[in-house]
Amino acid sequence: MGANDFASLPHIGESVLRKEDYRFLTGAGQYTDDITLTRMTHAVFVRSPHAHALIKSINTTAAKAAPGVIGVLDGKDVAHDKLNGLPCGWLITSTDGQPMKEPPHPVLALDKVRYVGDHVVMIVAETLEQAKNAAELVEVDYEMLPAVVDVRDAKKGTALHDAAPDNQCYHWALGDKGLVDEAFTKAAHITKLDLINNRLVPNAMEPRVAIGSYSRANDDYTLYVSNQNPHVERLLMTAFVMGLPEHKVRVIAPDVGGGFGSKIYLYAEDVCLTWASKKLNRNIKWVCERGEAFLSDAHGRDHSSHAELALDKDGKFLALRVHTDANLGAYLSTFSTCVPTILYATLLAGQYTTPLVYVEVDAWFTNTAPVDAYRGAGRPEATYLLERIVSRAAFELGLSQDEIRRRNFIAEFPYQTPVALQYDTGDFVACMDASQKLADVAGFKARQEASKANGKLRGIGYSSYIEACGLAPSNIAGALGARAGLFECGEVRVHPTGSVTVFTGSHSHGQGHETTFAQVVASRLGISVDSVDIVHGDTGRVPFGMGTYGSRSISVGGAAIMKALDKIEAKAKKIAAHLMEAADTDIDFANGEFTVRGTDKKIPFGTVALTAYVPHNYPLETLEPGLNETAFYDPTNFTFPSGTYIAEVEVDPETGVVRLDRFTAVDDFGTIINPMIVEGQVHGGLVQGIGQALTENCVYDRETGQLLTGSFMDYAMPRADEFPQFNIGHICTPCTHNPLGTKGCGEAGAIGSPPSIINAVLDALAPLGVKDLDMPATPHRVWEAIQSAKA
Amino acid sequence: MYAFTYDRPSSFADALKLVEAGGQALAGGQTMLASMKQRLMQPEKLVDLRQIAELTGVSKEGDQLIIGAMTRHCDVEQNALVKQYIPALAALAGGIGDRQVRAMGTIGGSIANNDPAACYPSAAMALGATIHTNTRTIAAEDFFQGMYATALENGELIKAVSFPIPKRASYAKFKQGASRYAMVGVFVADTANGARVAVTGAANGVFRHGGLEAALSKNFAPEAIAEVMIDPTDLNSDIHASAAYRAQLIKVQTGRAVAAALA
Repeated sequence: MGANDFASLPHIGESVLRKEDYRFLTGAGQYTDDITLTRMTHAVFVRSPHAHALIKSINTTAAKAAPGVIGVLDGKDVAHDKLNGLPCGWLITSTDGQPMKEPPHPVLALDKVRYVGDHVVMIVAETLEQAKNAAELVEVDYEMLPAVVDVRDAKKGTALHDAAPDNQCYHWALGDKGLVDEAFTKAAHITKLDLINNRLVPNAMEPRVAIGSYSRANDDYTLYVSNQNPHVERLLMTAFVMGLPEHKVRVIAPDVGGGFGSKIYLYAEDVCLTWASKKLNRNIKWVCERGEAFLSDAHGRDHSSHAELALDKDGKFLALRVHTDANLGAYLSTFSTCVPTILYATLLAGQYTTPLVYVEVDAWFTNTAPVDAYRGAGRPEATYLLERIVSRAAFELGLSQDEIRRRNFIAEFPYQTPVALQYDTGDFVACMDASQKLADVAGFKARQEASKANGKLRGIGYSSYIEACGLAPSNIAGALGARAGLFECGEVRVHPTGSVTVFTGSHSHGQGHETTFAQVVASRLGISVDSVDIVHGDTGRVPFGMGTYGSRSISVGGAAIMKALDKIEAKAKKIAAHLMEAADTDIDFANGEFTVRGTDKKIPFGTVALTAYVPHNYPLETLEPGLNETAFYDPTNFTFPSGTYIAEVEVDPETGVVRLDRFTAVDDFGTIINPMIVEGQVHGGLVQGIGQALTENCVYDRETGQLLTGSFMDYAMPRADEFPQFNIGHICTPCTHNPLGTKGCGEAGAIGSPPSIINAVLDALAPLGVKDLDMPATPHRVWEAIQSAKA
Repeated sequence: MYAFTYDRPSSFADALKLVEAGGQALAGGQTMLASMKQRLMQPEKLVDLRQIAELTGVSKEGDQLIIGAMTRHCDVEQNALVKQYIPALAALAGGIGDRQVRAMGTIGGSIANNDPAACYPSAAMALGATIHTNTRTIAAEDFFQGMYATALENGELIKAVSFPIPKRASYAKFKQGASRYAMVGVFVADTANGARVAVTGAANGVFRHGGLEAALSKNFAPEAIAEVMIDPTDLNSDIHASAAYRAQLIKVQTGRAVAAALA
């Protein structure tokens, strides 16, 4: 079935209300913390108060003797039981051919701590209060070392790891430096830009939480964990850390309250709980507190970059040259190394025909929490850099922001970029046109005048993003250093009476898969959406899965289900042919009915399903009974959602306050299955991206490495009253290489929006002479930029 | 949270006895309970004042509004007398925290805590309020003594706060983006004895600004402060705002508060 046929089926493009919302809205969701096992115990982790220190000694005598304490474990116990450190899932090779520096990431610190919040001792007690009381009795003797916080200080700072004496993990590059340098010598104009992509704390609504459980009877483990990819979690934990056979470990990620990337990874706490559940022979729960989450969840972004864009006299881009320093934090988190390389540099062509791009990336260890993928993962960093420098070039050349983009848009597809990716489809001009119309750009001048009359400065900012989703062709990912496949698995189980349960390796933690995926299956089989249930998040029930991240679920997980449905349809046609005494090749299936071509014979899907399980009149000699099919789908290319976003802001020059007045997002997500859910995803992405641009900033003290924004009192999450109603629109060029034509929509908002906001603020401040501004554009920063321009 | 005992007396006399015996008064708890959860505070005995009817409510006596110490922010926000006589105070209360905080937090709790970025202290200072305790009355000027410090003695409890009714007043709060406490909050009051300007959030405690008061006492109008210099020397500088920026905000917010008071 082709994408166009699929898009015309019933239920596709229908805003079906979310099936999962009944349980969420009535308090019947089952999150990990809602699960209580027998004789449950509770864990707390004693964490490092220092950014960098040697552990001289750990005294747990008093803690072990405290009331209710069942176990106190530290790095020596981990070493004794020969647990390995946490693995990194992506190998990056430096330009000199050397593999990246991959220092150990111990499950509990041994000899040294490397960031505030590093896990040192695990306490398990009968109650949480007893565990906390015992934690206060643990005495750790630290010898402080100087801390490195900022990537710009890393090279000359005290080494975190013996394996990386200058704190560098890798030096990586993409593109032909010689050709790019040569192009710059011929440029009519060169635009230069230094920028910081600010560090962010993910802050999912549900903090991390896990329950470790061990069955002495079966010698097997169950880990309940708030996680985005339970099979990956199990694979990493069993094969790389604990040396356990996979069939002895079941990982269940039940209802999960948001992930944004931060719950992709295998964390030390998950390993500790699994390990200790056998060691102590008790069920153990750990619930991360918000303050702990700020310290120990993998953070996002944190790039420092210099970029140069060479243009000809007509504003056509000739070449782009970029150097980026990326902060990886103290240890390599699961996918940290591919974020500032594979997921970043490959997006620097953007929507443009720039023929030459050269990118260098230096990645550094610092005494901060590990940094890894966060909604967008590399693509927001690329988009921010590119869309900022494009708008700056427009300002410098006196071109409008849309005109410079239009002069450089890619117009023909497929298009091979100079940074490895091949875009299969898109229509960037149509997207720009639609966005400008929806944003009422024609009325901007009048609105600007009205603002001026009120003493305010109004600006407009553009961002035309493209991103790569649908991770990923496994062979390409493997060649680029991935240590895992990136396919997806789906199993479709048709029950005897025609209802269906689908087991998917994708994981829903807010995305609404139980509805969207059910629409896909219902549309294919001609049954009601209510007849389809989606099961996910349990390695004991789902055959396999690579999980949900990188906006991959519908395009890869959905495609796997489509492949399984192809098999269901093929087998069902054989059964139908038998029942109607026709040849398989004469059977058509549409709207839930099997028909014999050229006759009026027909039987419904339900009859075929029943026959498969009650095979009294059945071709048993050539066909197995049952109607249950599994498929694995490995994509042949990435998908490429794109869009043009237009922000309009009003700045108060007296206070520096930026008010977002209008925001327009026109996206090309290919086929849309449930417009309501897509709109929700866009809204969520936008507020996260705009949050990064205007309010959010993770700040460590540059000397001590203490986290200064360790709570919501200092870390400014975006809030509803800071946003206007968003104008949302779509164009559709279906993806050409998956059966649904979908491209993914989960991250677009967070990727496309930040540069549009900063470009709008800079447009507003241009009359005052302000040329540069880093995120977040807080009132204080904007006011200071105005003062600097005045000086 | 550590274990503690909890009492909820229904008379002020009983509450005093419990506090004198070492109990920690709980007056809404919107700061203290969070601190206890984080194990930053560990009172052994809590004395919840919320059932004491005599500590709640608003009355008018002469040219003063008297607000009971346990009157919640949402009650001040919605009180007819406050809205009629000092609408700026009702608006201030309506801008504290969020709906949940306003449904628990109280005026007495707020001023006894004297968070340097709290809203109420600025109103008390600018309006020339008097704090009534079980033993004495204290002028607002003398009550607030810098960051989290007040004139309250051990065992002394606030019963009420009386606010002289100004000719006009307004509070202009510039919120810190994360906490939404005042990064700079300016309460201006045009009173029988001239203009009074109190600033919260900008320094280690609430303070009045003589220069602004002098200019506004001559001419209670936004343009009157154009030439007033705000010295940033003793103002806070942190990751959210520099001292210079806070000085700028004091001036801007004062102008806007005056304009609002006149509107």
